[in-house]
This record gives sequence, structure tokens and C-alpha cells, in this order.
Amino acid sequence: MTLTPAELTSAVSGGIGTSPQRPDGNLKVRGEFAYSSDLWHEDMIWGATLRSPHPYARITSVDLTEALKVPGVYAVLTHQDVPGRNLYGLEHKDQPVLAVDVVRYQGEPIALVGADHPETAQRAMKKIVVTYDVLEPVVDMETAADDTPLHPGGNLVRHVPIRRGSQDVEAEVVVTGRYEVGMQDQAFLGPESGLAVPAEDGSVDLYIATQWLHVDRDQIAAALGLPQEQVRLTLSGVGGAFGGREDLSMQVHACLLALHTGKPVKMVYNREESFYGHVHRHPAVLYYEHGADHTGKLVYVRTRMYLDGGAYASSTPAVVANAATLGVGPYEVDNVTIDAYGLYTNNPPCGAMRGFGAVQAGFAYESQMDKLAEALGMSPVDVRVRNAMTEGSVMPTGQVVDSAAPVAQLLKLVQDKPLPAGTSSDIRELPGGVSNTTHGEGVVRGVGFAVGIKNICFSEGYDDYSTARVRVSMVNGELAAAVHTAACEVGQGLVTIMQQIVRTELGIERVTVLPMDTTIGNGGSTSASRQTYVTGGAVKAACALVLDRLAGRTDIGDEIIDETTEWRHRATEALDPETGQGNAHVQYGFAAHRAVVDVDVDLGLVRVVSLDCAQDVGKALNPQAVVGQIQGGSAQGLGLAVMEEIQTSGGKVRNPSFTDYLIPTVLDMPPMSIDVLELADPHAPYGIRGVGEPPTISSTPAIVAAIRAATGLALTRVPVRPEHLTGT
Amino acid sequence: MRVNVTVNGEQRQADDVWEGESLLFVLRERLGLPGSKNACEQGECGSCTVYLDNVPVCACLVAAGQVQDREVRTVEGLADGDRLDPVQEAFVEAGAVQCGFCTPGLVVQAHDLLDRVPNPSDPEIREALAGNLCRCTGYEKILDAVRLAASRR
Ligand code: FES
Ligand code: FES
Repeated sequence: MTLTPAELTSAVSGGIGTSPQRPDGNLKVRGEFAYSSDLWHEDMIWGATLRSPHPYARITSVDLTEALKVPGVYAVLTHQDVPGRNLYGLEHKDQPVLAVDVVRYQGEPIALVGADHPETAQRAMKKIVVTYDVLEPVVDMETAADDTPLHPGGNLVRHVPIRRGSQDVEAEVVVTGRYEVGMQDQAFLGPESGLAVPAEDGSVDLYIATQWLHVDRDQIAAALGLPQEQVRLTLSGVGGAFGGREDLSMQVHACLLALHTGKPVKMVYNREESFYGHVHRHPAVLYYEHGADHTGKLVYVRTRMYLDGGAYASSTPAVVANAATLGVGPYEVDNVTIDAYGLYTNNPPCGAMRGFGAVQAGFAYESQMDKLAEALGMSPVDVRVRNAMTEGSVMPTGQVVDSAAPVAQLLKLVQDKPLPAGTSSDIRELPGGVSNTTHGEGVVRGVGFAVGIKNICFSEGYDDYSTARVRVSMVNGELAAAVHTAACEVGQGLVTIMQQIVRTELGIERVTVLPMDTTIGNGGSTSASRQTYVTGGAVKAACALVLDRLAGRTDIGDEIIDETTEWRHRATEALDPETGQGNAHVQYGFAAHRAVVDVDVDLGLVRVVSLDCAQDVGKALNPQAVVGQIQGGSAQGLGLAVMEEIQTSGGKVRNPSFTDYLIPTVLDMPPMSIDVLELADPHAPYGIRGVGEPPTISSTPAIVAAIRAATGLALTRVPVRPEHLTGT
Repeated sequence: MRVNVTVNGEQRQADDVWEGESLLFVLRERLGLPGSKNACEQGECGSCTVYLDNVPVCACLVAAGQVQDREVRTVEGLADGDRLDPVQEAFVEAGAVQCGFCTPGLVVQAHDLLDRVPNPSDPEIREALAGNLCRCTGYEKILDAVRLAASRR
């Protein structure tokens, strides 16, 4: 029997547009899915990391003598034991694998211990004697550029200017503001961990939880002084990522210990170390001025924003570009002046976190839109709709938005949803909950709206591609397929999506997802909401090659059809360094939220009563997973709005634990009703639009707008804390 | 020290246990049961939730010595061979599992809730799961899963 491709597509279930179960779901609910922290190897030892207690200090001596004497210790290593390049980084190679003579943030790794038990390693670590000459840390992002230079080129990592239209036009209505965003943590639940296994030929295998196997591998190989093919990475189970695993943490350290001792080495951070072990969301200070005519039409937007990159660059340059290029939000504005600065300080290093620069700008421009609405006597939704971008609108960069941009429609969708019932009399549904702080007295309700914009995929001319291999053979008399990539599954469900694509393209129901590793080409980063787009595109392209060779056959005997291909999205351009003009982004994603809150104004407690979202996803390849992403992203936005902040003082982290760094629990989260639009983007595979990040952007400002509406307070900083509400 | 404990119905023995090792460490590193997760070691996240004599506890807060001659049931002990417990099944079906790191703890906690309260209201579900953090889902689909499991038991 020979079927045409169309018939094949409809012949199998579990293809795109449906929500089949995740292939790793059963293992996960049984507790049998192997996360990187679960790995075990015969004869393995444990690694631990000695970190700097100071945000900025010169190291005057390091004495390992006593640590080496501890029974059970196999090795104690410092930068002198790094055989290759002791510097790494995603965009600038500025971060030491192990500190040499200076530490630039609290928690910077200085030495490593390998021992027979995690406790032995801890004890040995305490016997390493490091002496410091403590220096005055640079901690203020607004003045950092003129402060003590922490790196050879000074403290300005990147300045992105954008100039569009008139720079001195005037407007009838002007609102200005200064906004602050605190440092948010990804707080993925599965801590940094992995297992490095040395081979006899001097090469090494690393089983690791990461977002990007190939870029990890390249950085590890450079540090170890090994050719890339001698460093093999396999993805193990990843307990969430959200940007926090884009940079290296213990990867090189575990490999160094393994190669040094000849033993498999496991490293697992505990929660406190995890707070020091990965980059965070950039805290920001943003100055905005919006000018509009009396009808509410924006005449100009001017902004100056500072993003604190902390001690090392990480992805600061790209974060700054996002904040700048998306800095006016999803609105049409003809006259734009933007200056975005990313700075080095001695605060914890900051880099990627879901929303990546668009979150910080989003809180500020949406706060401004509310302020403008108030100044004009318009409703918050009306002023947004009045300026809403549509397909064909021009970005501040001059780039024309060339696919759906249903900004007004998304706002209308959330506005038209039924409102939740009035303030409850059940204390479990009041601010403070069962703490029994109020029975409704002092509780006021507010409603707020916000909409946001995010670029999808990598930008500014980056060659952003993925590699996929699809293999087809006969199993028990039927065609079966296997799909292989190096694109990281971090929880989002890429494994399911890849199966769905293969089923739809090949009409083969049985699809195995092979382990993700570096034996195949680069899969690109699991970030920028790009994997379904780019790796999905690669899998689809590999299927097309397989389909050609299948030539309609449903029985291929002993033949194995095995095709590998690279797929890249359309090219983007660099930004003009003077004017910020250029087609820098591939695709834009939009989401809108409506938040309803109850605020106990006496105690400053907030309860979010509902948080509804509408988002355009182009095409929902897996509707259940899409909604899961939107709800999860909204929850992280709620966290930034009312609770999540790494608090620093003098560069030191004051709350590195889940006792003091709070993330939303099930009691903090309201019901979330989600509307999904599917307005296909003709440039993207299946018309999809990246899903993961947009909901994180509009969630925060919608909640803060609701709190403002309830209280009448200005609230220019997130997270909003009780003292901001009570004025104490 | 040596610890004897019944785990998932089997008599187990752990040797050379250090003073200060938690039940979680013994399960994960000495008894080959890494299903219970360690995300905080401070009783804040619930990822390590197991039954101890039929009461859910944070295994990270229980000293290994305390479980001598007692009964522990972990997430690995919920399914009946290949047949998932209805709570486990509902978690997969409802899309309550993303990265899954919170899942073992939530599954045990929800399992206990439904044993005590077969048809819990939403506020009851929320209260029961309040000690279990999930960073991926925003909890909506976890609530769906518990409702679904309740409807099937
Ligand atoms: S690991 Fe036990 S509560 Fe978090
Ligand atoms: S699914 Fe990732 S923490 Fe819950």
C-alpha cells in the first residue's frame, strides 16, 4: 500500500496540533527519571567549590597544605591546575574558571576539592586558607561607568543607542518616571549538578543539566586545553532552567577534578550555592519620558536605562540590546530616543532569565502607559489600543513588523473576560490567608492591564541554527522513527514536540527521541523561546529528506534511512552602532494580561485574585504545553511583581535560600484563564511563534497596575513590598 | 552507624551512615532511590516528600537515625508494577509535569491528600500542596491533575 503524504499525516495520532503525553512523563511521575543530581558511577568521588566571601578583594595567598592532609581527599585544585584558557564567557571571555589574584563577586570560585564523601569535601574546604586584601566594591549601576574599573576596558559592557525620528519634538501631555527592577532569580528547582567521567585517553564525558550543550563543550574544551572531540557532553535530566543554565557553573570544575584524579566526579550544588552558582536577571534603573497629543497618540518616547551586569559580562550585551530595541513596547512611536547601558559592578553576575531585557523595559513602559492614561483621563486599555502596533508597524530600529501583531485584540480579549466575584469572605481567599490577618476590613480591590513584546530567536546577525537527524527503519514489521538533536529539553516539552513533528511529517506513529548529546551538530540554545521554532524547523527539514527517500513506501525491509540536516531561520542584521537602526530581530511575540488583586492596605499584603492572559502563538503545536508555558511564565511574572528579589548590600547577597528568597506557592497563584490566538507567521515553521517568554513580560506590570488601582500609590519599583504599601 | 528501615515494603539496611546524614541522603545515595528530590534541604520546597509511617514528611529534615525500624514509602513505591497510581497517571495526563523536579514530592503529597479527603475542594487542595514549590507550571495544571485523580478514585 502506498499513501500520499497528506493521507499519511491524517493516518496517525499524536501529531502537531494535539496534546499527546510527554515521552518522559511516566518516568518523571515514578521518580525514575535521571536528573543530573541523581547520577551515580562506580568509584565516583564528590567535588566541592571554595568561593569568595568578599564581593571585591585581592587574593594575597592561598594555602592548601592542611586541606590536602584530610583523609579521603583526592585533590585540591586552583587556577594553577587549569591546563587551558582560564577565562570563559558567552559573549566576552572575561570570567575565570578559578580566580587568579582578584575576586569580583561574593561566591566567585577559587579552589576545588575532590573527596570520597560530600562531607569530607566540605571539611577539607574549610581547611584551605585564603588571605585577602578586601577592596571597596562598585555597587551602583548608575555611577559604575565612572567608578574603579573592574575590567581592563572599564565598567561599561555595552551602550545601545537608538535614534528614530525627531529628537526634540514636543508634546501636549508629558509624563516622566524613574523605575527600578530588583534582581530576580531563575530559582529552577533542580540545582546545578553533573557527573564527569574521565577516559583512559585523557578525554572526558560530562553528563550535565544545561541549556546549550555545544557552547558548554567549546568553553570546557578551551579551559581543559583539549580538542573539542575529546570533550563529550550528554544531557541528563534538567530540573528547569529559565536562562540560569546558559552560563557555565560546575561544568569545567567537575571535568578538571575528574581528569586530575582519574575518577568519576559528581558535583551537586545545594540551594545556597545555587544562588551563587548562576547568573540572575539584571536589576535595572530606567528613566522614561512619554509625550502624547490630547487624543492619547504617542508623539515621542525618550528613555535612559541602566542594567546591572554584575562582575562578569555573561549575556549582558544581548540583554541590553533587547531592553533597547523593545524599549517602547508594542506601540507605534515615530520619535524615539533610547540609551541603554549594561555595566560591570561587584554585584552578582547577571545574564539570561526568561524575558531577557524585555522584562525590565516592560515594567517601565507599561507603568508609563498607565501614567499617561491617567494624565489624559483615558482608560488604561484605551490608551494602549490607541497606540497599539499592528502588522506593518515600524519598530524604533526601523524594522517593519512583518507578521501578525494583534496587540489591540489581545488587550480586548483579556478585558472582555468575566471578572472574578467580589472580595471573598473566606479567609483562605483574602490577603494573608490562614494567617488570619483580616476578615475583609482594610481590603481594597484593583484591576490592571499590561501588554508586552518579545523578540523570538537570536538576533543581531547571529547565525542561529539547529541540527536534526531523523532515522527510519522497520520495527516489528512497521516503520519506526528516531529523532536525534543536541537541543536541550529542560522541562518545556521539546521531546514531545519533536515526536509530534515527525509523526505529522512522516505519518509514523512510533517515534523515539534519542539522548541529546554532542555526537550530533549544534542544536543551539534552549532560550529566546527558540527551540520549537529552530530545532522544530530542523526536525521538519530532516523529515522532508527522509520522506523523499521513503518515496511512499511503508515497508523498507532492511534499509535504514538516516538523514541529518541543519536548519536556520532567516538572517538578521546588526544594529547601527550610532542610530540603533537595523532589522535585528527574526520574530516578535505578544501577550497581554489582566490582573485583579486584593490589597490589605493596613498590612501591605497582596493577594492576586485572577491573572488572565491572551497570547498569540502563531500555531499551537501542543495546546496543553502552550498553556502550561503561559501559566508558568505568568507565575514568574507574579513573583517579580510581589515577592522575588535577591537582596544585596555592599555586593553581598542577603537571602540565598528558599526561606528568604520567596517564589510563588500554590497559595500565591490565582486561577489563570488563558486565551490562545493562532495567527500564523508565514516565515516560521508551521507558522509558530515562540511561546515561553512573552507571558513573563506583561504579567508583572499588570499586577502592579492592579495594586496601584487599588491603593492609589505610585509604585515605581518591583517587587512591591509590604512597606511600599503601608509607607512604613 | 547502621540503619535498618523498611522502604517501599522491603527491609533495607544502610551501613557507614554518617552522623548528620538525612533520610533524603540515605535514600538517594545509599539505597539507590533517587526519586525523592533535593531542591533546598531546608524543608521549604517539598521536593523530598516521602511517607514516614504513613505521614508525609520532608525527608531532608529527618535524620537518618530517626527512621530506624520504621516504614518509609517513596514515590518509587506508589505504582503497582507497570500500573501507575491514579495520581501519577493524572499528573502526566493533565500536563502537570514539565521539568518534573517537583513532581515526586507533589505526587506523594497529593496521594496523601486523596487518601484523607477523597473529594477535596480547591482551597483544600491548595492548602495541602502549599509546602510544595513548582517553578514551571504556575500550579494550574497541578490542580487539574489532583481534581482528575480525585474524580477517578
Ligand atoms: S529538599 Fe526537603 S523540603 Fe526542599
Ligand atoms: S515541573 Fe518543574 S518545578 Fe514543577
